[in-house]
Amino acid sequence: MKANPKDVLTGVYYIDGDVAAGYGALAAGCKFIGGYPITPSTEAAEAFARVAPKAGALFIQMEDELGSMASVVGAVWAGVKSMTITSGPGYSLMMENIGLGAMMETPFVLLNIQRGGPSTGVPTKTGQADMMQSRWGSHGDYEVIAISPDSPQEMFDYTIKAFNLAERYRCPVMIMSDECVGHMTEKVVIPPADEIELEPRRFYKGPPEEYLPFKPDPDLVPKLARAGDGFNLYITGRVHDERGYPVDKEEFKMKYIRRLVDKIRINKDKIIELKEEQTDDAEIVVVSYGISSRVAVKGVEKARSKGIKVGTLRLVTVWPFPDERITELAKRVKAFVVPEINYGQVVFDVARASHGKANVVLVPHGGAGVHNPDDIADAIEYAVREDKKIEGVVEYKTRLEKLVFEGGYKLKE
Amino acid sequence: MENLLRMDRMPHIWCPGCGIGLGVTALASALEKAQIDLNNVCIVSGIGCTGRVAGYVKLDSFHTTHGRAIAFATGIKAANPKLKVIVFSGDGDLIAIGGNHFIHAARRNIDMLVVCVNNFIYAMTGGQVAPTTPLAAYATTSPFGCVEPPFNIPYIADSSGAVYVARWTALHVRRLTNSLTEALHKKGFSVVEVISPCAMYYSRINRLGDGLDMMKFYHDNVEIRHGEDTKNLDIGFQTKIICGKFVDKERPSYMERYNQWASEVRGASNES
Repeated sequence: MKANPKDVLTGVYYIDGDVAAGYGALAAGCKFIGGYPITPSTEAAEAFARVAPKAGALFIQMEDELGSMASVVGAVWAGVKSMTITSGPGYSLMMENIGLGAMMETPFVLLNIQRGGPSTGVPTKTGQADMMQSRWGSHGDYEVIAISPDSPQEMFDYTIKAFNLAERYRCPVMIMSDECVGHMTEKVVIPPADEIELEPRRFYKGPPEEYLPFKPDPDLVPKLARAGDGFNLYITGRVHDERGYPVDKEEFKMKYIRRLVDKIRINKDKIIELKEEQTDDAEIVVVSYGISSRVAVKGVEKARSKGIKVGTLRLVTVWPFPDERITELAKRVKAFVVPEINYGQVVFDVARASHGKANVVLVPHGGAGVHNPDDIADAIEYAVREDKKIEGVVEYKTRLEKLVFEGGYKLKE
Repeated sequence: MENLLRMDRMPHIWCPGCGIGLGVTALASALEKAQIDLNNVCIVSGIGCTGRVAGYVKLDSFHTTHGRAIAFATGIKAANPKLKVIVFSGDGDLIAIGGNHFIHAARRNIDMLVVCVNNFIYAMTGGQVAPTTPLAAYATTSPFGCVEPPFNIPYIADSSGAVYVARWTALHVRRLTNSLTEALHKKGFSVVEVISPCAMYYSRINRLGDGLDMMKFYHDNVEIRHGEDTKNLDIGFQTKIICGKFVDKERPSYMERYNQWASEVRGASNES
């Protein structure tokens, strides 16, 4: 299915990542955003609110993030594609109804422009410390899809992809961006509508009395319906059978939750998108995502100029995690170097998937800034020199850490 | 009536003497009387005893998270304004954890009917104090008597912008049905409070007898005062309960305003 020309602002723009995501949502056919303003994501909401009326869409500024997320799940069940937009503290508040959305198998997109946490943290500066929360933040077992764009163009393109994945797998899809990408201004090309492929909603088309809202297709994903079409839907956040009726028995719980996680796990090869460069004969592979993958480029170049064979693996999809690819690479590379703007989140999955076959070096960052590429280059050099097998994750000490904690660096406010 | 209930989910979970079922009966009768296309009606509940209502009513029904029924329903209404949206939930769900959504949906005048069953207590979790528990009444978490003044639900609804506000008890099924029928035809945020006996927890801990005793209490202590200023509707412990229709006014709904504004924006951009 092609995008509707009314929704696509075809043209060449010089805009930031937030705005590009807002335009991407519109192009994907999103007709409802329930949101609450929060730095540094607000521009995406503003962009959508400006262009929504012409496309017959609506932005409503809810009273809080709890309500925003709940309104999005409601809007999807009333038949439209929907999204919400937030950052750190708002993301925490949304966890409750992200779980509801997962449990009701509701396709929606959540844009998280990550900032420095915990709590209010550093509201205006970047971070990548919500990655684990995006996977496990709401209570109970469930799976989501998380993708991490690294440029305004990708914010446009991957917002559309996020909607497509949500519709395809009937699950929440998180765009785990960050303040740098959100506020970075670059050229963005919005193609004509007929060049944008959209995944149509998997509506059930048979007789209403035979419809079972949670009876899966062979790919484990059930067909969707909407309120108002005579189905007498019963949709609940409780564990339910194929009719949607609540059941408390352990075998039903097992059956339902198993499918909820398996519909993502068994389809992960179709979901996962990776960008790999020069990994064929690499000794070291830099694994990164979002803004860190762009910062890493310079560090990688520097290491290569010293003759080190460095490949890069960019996790466009962070969840589900590409275990198999990491395991494969681990058999033939010496080490993985993982720069992320946190004190170790995705790196532990890299370590888990390497099964002790390759060393794993974390280049951490406390947030409110990005890595110094020289630190990434140095970590690569360290990793290639290190001949011992080291269990677990090695934490590389960055220049800033040394300055702040060891060098008597005077912190100036 | 049976065509409006999910008979395959019976028996329901409510205790003997509970008033929630009477509220559901009144809603079902009102839906029949109002003669609206039932395919266009959906019902949303939160969590709690009353939160189970959505699961027993044979409409498009959504059993959501605690406190979020109104926010969820706001999304439904915004996505498909043709739908008649009913939120049916309890006092704890709508007024405590969901209080923020309640006042803001009223302020926006989202077109929905909110039925709030008020049994003065958190019943599903075993009888804890609620923001509607009358002063000095006992609850398991106010073992020496409730020290907090309760909310007056019609007053909150009225002062936040609701266009229709009424209160009845579970005894007043006929009047309640009439109010619900009227409210179903109302455009805008409408609130009907249903005072209900909780024979299992509220009555027992306060030694008020069984459900029937509570109904007798309503019979002897309800005063009907239509049009009463909502400020005067506080409920004390075993004091008189004022019922009636208090607010019935017109105000543009959220979608009316948005659509008008959006069509102006579209018109202006067509000209340019």
